[in-house]
Amino acid sequence: MEQYIYLLMSDYTLQIITLGTAMLGALCGMLGSFAVLRKQSLLGDAIAHASLPGIAIVFLVLGVKNNNGLLLGALLSGLVSAVFIKGIISKTHLKSDTALGVVLSTFFGFGMLLLTYIQKSPNANQSGLEKYLFGQAATLLAEDVWLMSMITGVALFVVLLFWKEFKMVLFDVDFTKTLGFHVKFIDTLMTSFIVIAIVMGLQTVGVVLMSAMLLAPAAAARQWTHSLSKMVFLAGIFGGVSGVLGTAISASANNLSTGPVIVLIATFFVMISFVFSPTRGLLFRQIKLWKNRNDLKLMKTLLFMYNLAKDHENISHPHKILLLNNFQGYTRKSLKRLESEELIQLNKDDWALTQKGFNTAENLYTNQ
Amino acid sequence: MTNAQLEIQVILVLVAVACALPGVFLVLRKMALISDAISHSILPGIVIGFFITQDLASPWLILMATLTGVLTVVLVEYIQKTGLVKEDTAIGLVFPSLFSLGVILIARNAGDVHLDLDAVLLGEVAFAPFNRWMYGGIDLGPKSLWMIGTILGVSILLLLLFYKELKIATFDTGLAASLGFAPVGIHYGLMTISSVTTVGAFDAIGAILVVAFMIVPAACVYLLTTNLKKMLVWSSLVGVFSSIVGYWVAHVLDASIAGTIATLLGLLFFVVYLFAPNKGYISQWYRTKQQKTEVAMLVFMLHLANHQEEENERNIDHLQEHINWTKQRAKKVLKLANQNNMIAINSRIINLTPKGLSFTQQAVTYISENKNSELEGIKNDFFLFRG
Repeated sequence: MEQYIYLLMSDYTLQIITLGTAMLGALCGMLGSFAVLRKQSLLGDAIAHASLPGIAIVFLVLGVKNNNGLLLGALLSGLVSAVFIKGIISKTHLKSDTALGVVLSTFFGFGMLLLTYIQKSPNANQSGLEKYLFGQAATLLAEDVWLMSMITGVALFVVLLFWKEFKMVLFDVDFTKTLGFHVKFIDTLMTSFIVIAIVMGLQTVGVVLMSAMLLAPAAAARQWTHSLSKMVFLAGIFGGVSGVLGTAISASANNLSTGPVIVLIATFFVMISFVFSPTRGLLFRQIKLWKNRNDLKLMKTLLFMYNLAKDHENISHPHKILLLNNFQGYTRKSLKRLESEELIQLNKDDWALTQKGFNTAENLYTNQ
Repeated sequence: MTNAQLEIQVILVLVAVACALPGVFLVLRKMALISDAISHSILPGIVIGFFITQDLASPWLILMATLTGVLTVVLVEYIQKTGLVKEDTAIGLVFPSLFSLGVILIARNAGDVHLDLDAVLLGEVAFAPFNRWMYGGIDLGPKSLWMIGTILGVSILLLLLFYKELKIATFDTGLAASLGFAPVGIHYGLMTISSVTTVGAFDAIGAILVVAFMIVPAACVYLLTTNLKKMLVWSSLVGVFSSIVGYWVAHVLDASIAGTIATLLGLLFFVVYLFAPNKGYISQWYRTKQQKTEVAMLVFMLHLANHQEEENERNIDHLQEHINWTKQRAKKVLKLANQNNMIAINSRIINLTPKGLSFTQQAVTYISENKNSELEGIKNDFFLFRG
């Protein structure tokens, strides 16, 4: 660890890569929140795969080898695929999953065809696909990070500018329409920025893992809050931290590519959030279930006591605890608890209802 | 055509049919993306299997990878059931993390595992004829041919045995459950078959393009027919056709075979998407346009019926300003109404004919009551409600 921090302070390349992955994580987390809330989680996966032909065309047909040129190709190809997906969903009875699957696989296949055809090598292994498929964070340059920060800045600006519109489209499209907002424009804007985020990530984490970069921070953030602004902020933080930690781990071990490590860390955040989130988490839910079950048992005991006591003139007439044996829903502990809530009084082997306990039990049925 | 070429084509055809059959059910059950998830997340299973056997075509590897595929489905469904995230997010969370595990497993053991990631993701059927199955000195043909052949045989057998159950469970889970067909069992059976097929197909066409082989034929055919038997047969044929044609196109272009077949499938889908009768883009577009005009005509006739007393409201020259239509639209609507004998134009004043009047009244009753029971009868009377 200390060694890594020392390395981080001294190694310029590592600084650049760390900054780049952090920026990418934050950008993806922020925009991913919108994708997750619009139920378009897998759109990212499809677009990432579908950007291959764009890259192939720019790289191999037009002969551009400049990184930004490739990104532009990927962007155009991704946007075209998004249009196709929307077209299939809106014009036919095919569902969104089929539309995504069709576009994802055929675009990717076309990209492979282009790459292998132009390189005249039927063996796809040699066509340099590896970098694109799995990403190579190590190839990040200072100018890439600059581009990334610029895009993050623009995205942040647009998100803030159209915050209200985005929010409304997310939660109530019809209402937004009736208010006279141009839903199609907002929709296109949002999708475009998601495509941009995906394209930015291709170089770092690759096609296959891009969808997780987009989804995982947002899915984790969703568990902690019900407010959109907090969710977007948290998702940005989760994404950024995953980027930094992932780079750190892969830099301090041999043979660990950065992309998969970042994804695993982001997934780890998701698991933690699923289990430990205070309002939605699985652990909390289980505890609540147990608590409710206990409460129910306690009330059953109390009701039984009430049925015994109401036949007596004095409701606080003591009864033997042994009497409760007929009814199995009590333990020492539950009696103690009833006593601590002042619903009964315990006296050696006897118990007696208090006035409060009597009233509570009497109202159990009516107060539902 | 050499022997190797023939073998490659036979393998491709078998893969295409083996993928198309479960693909139909995946598309119908709206689970197309599960195949995408499975195809990625079998990677750790393949890596561990390869560790043990050092052979991509060994049954142990297939078993391990299939188990990972089924595990993916189980995980996705578990996450969906918690309700913490939407369904598609669950898929998007599970498969990248399993895939990452696979990548890391390979990278950490690069010394021991001579497994190329590209080989898993992209496949290469051209190499299939080199890995042959020798038994006692006799050449029995390529191993992958036997493997995918067996998988296809088993899935056809299962399909024939459980056709009725699959059909009911696909279209009406509740009915299947009440008839005692155990839809959950059928569901996991289908998932297992999909996983096995993906595993069997990956070294020929690559994990990513398995999705194309599964989903695209079924999606194409679904736009053309809604008969399950026809869908199964035709999507297999679409797969076979694209495989053989794709192979030769790839041969001529000297490009990736799987990539070419996927491209061909994509083109096929695009053509069907545009031209499919009733469900294609063009026929949808035409119908929407038609319906717009018909609705406009109805609105126009309601306007006429409302203003039977006032002649100036019915003057042909004032139409535009009263109903606020463009000139072209107004002309079209007027023509349609006139052709159907709904209106009569008398010295530039438009009158409803008796037919038009009864049509309008019927439409008003229909709109105001709009009960399903009446829908059937009115469909025949009104060309408006056809289709």
